[in-house]
Amino acid sequence: MKNILEVKNLMVWDIVSGKKIIQNSSFDLKAGSCLAIVGESGSGKSVTCRAIMRLNSTSLQQSGDIIFKGENINQLSTKELRKKRGKNLCMILQNGMTAFDPSCVVGVHLRETLAEHFDWSKNEAEVRMKSAMESVMLINPTEIMNKYPHQLSGGMLQRIMIALAIVLEPDIIIADEPTTALDTISQFEVVDQFINLRERIGCSMIFISHDLGVVRKIADEVLVMKDGKIIESGNTEKIFSGAKHEYTKYLVSTRMALSNNFKRIMGEGQ
Amino acid sequence: MLKVDKVQKSYKKNGLFSSERQIILKNVSLECRSRECLGIIGESGSGKSTLGRLMLGIEKPDCGTVLIDGMNVEDRRVRLGNISAVFQDYKSSINPFFTVEEAILEPLKIQNKSKKENIDKITTLLNQVGLPSSYRNKYSHELSGGEIQRVCIARAISTEPKCILLDEAISSLDVSVQIQVLELLKDLKRIYNMSYVFITHDIQAAAYICDRVIIFKDGQIEEIVEIEHLKDVKSVYARKLLKSLITF
Repeated sequence: MKNILEVKNLMVWDIVSGKKIIQNSSFDLKAGSCLAIVGESGSGKSVTCRAIMRLNSTSLQQSGDIIFKGENINQLSTKELRKKRGKNLCMILQNGMTAFDPSCVVGVHLRETLAEHFDWSKNEAEVRMKSAMESVMLINPTEIMNKYPHQLSGGMLQRIMIALAIVLEPDIIIADEPTTALDTISQFEVVDQFINLRERIGCSMIFISHDLGVVRKIADEVLVMKDGKIIESGNTEKIFSGAKHEYTKYLVSTRMALSNNFKRIMGEGQ
Repeated sequence: MLKVDKVQKSYKKNGLFSSERQIILKNVSLECRSRECLGIIGESGSGKSTLGRLMLGIEKPDCGTVLIDGMNVEDRRVRLGNISAVFQDYKSSINPFFTVEEAILEPLKIQNKSKKENIDKITTLLNQVGLPSSYRNKYSHELSGGEIQRVCIARAISTEPKCILLDEAISSLDVSVQIQVLELLKDLKRIYNMSYVFITHDIQAAAYICDRVIIFKDGQIEEIVEIEHLKDVKSVYARKLLKSLITF
């Protein structure tokens, strides 16, 4: 399989303190596959992804090559990169409440984004958006588009972002802890929508999460990060069943402890 | 021991001048027995945190009563030292100008114990929650999430309460740290003979620590079940909840 995204020797550091946040990380994303990045908080998962989109705060400097379809996007000017964001690289954030503009209804935000990337008429954009919203189980799309973010639940906002991704049809979706802020039932629905999304538009995906249960369900390959370094990578099942690094083993065993106890109560595996 | 009797709670809807009220809790009755860990499981917006605040006595119910050993929690003297809480948002749980020592001393000061006695106690408390005693002079921003949550637990147990209310106390921690905190809670329960009210949306974590769980939906109790019988839940909602769980 061809690589759609190659990250080589990515370094991110703080200009003020000189502290290295990401040290020399290199990885590839194969076309059509889903790569998960796991690790504890503070391990540099989010910073890595924001470095790809170049969305880190200005006090962080980055170097290295980020090659997207043969083009080094780390060398592009901010203006050129902006055209790629959304259309080619789409990001889905952890907290829907802060991802949308709180001062206007959700529809405004959606229309603005679509107008930036396509020359559709207002009507056409709306029709496409509505059908996408219906496909992620949001009934009454018109009503939802006329609501403010605070009137909608976290799971709904997350699904609106997925619907927007469906319309934009990006090459790569970067999802930064999209299910962490949700409760059990919405989490299940959102994960299902992600799997559908991949099947429908055949995009590649980078999925950041610290919940190994979700990762196991959705990802083809896994990267384990600790203290800004990639310590292990490989096929999902291989990592989870036969981890080589001590730290990965530790992560898997703690998650197992939680699950096994639950399974025992539920009388599974007997 | 902790008894909630026919409690009702509503909030004003649509701003200050509206007379419309949204009912959050409808006629909830439950009891947390002595030395029991009671889980309350529900979706976001189901009213479980509101119920928690009523149990702590920091909000008053519209009608109904919350009693600890037969006394109403609305009375400050009943609450003092008898019920503690640990909340989800560890960043805002500790005054940023306080050191770890000052934070833990806060509830002890109100109880008018001698200062010397209190200072000695802090070392024991820190050791019990698995932190070195050198942490006493640190500030909360110097600690990680799991460590702050341990300090919060140390503060909660400092008055040796009968009951601790944990409102999503582990939800914003990493899974590996969650296990450590759950183990810590189990150990502390053995030492202090406390009851826990464990509010969460994470059934797996609840199953790890609770003796009995209440499944909560739209301000009402959907089902109460002993943890060993969790697989035999009857209500439709509880079944759906268990089915949509992503296990590892």
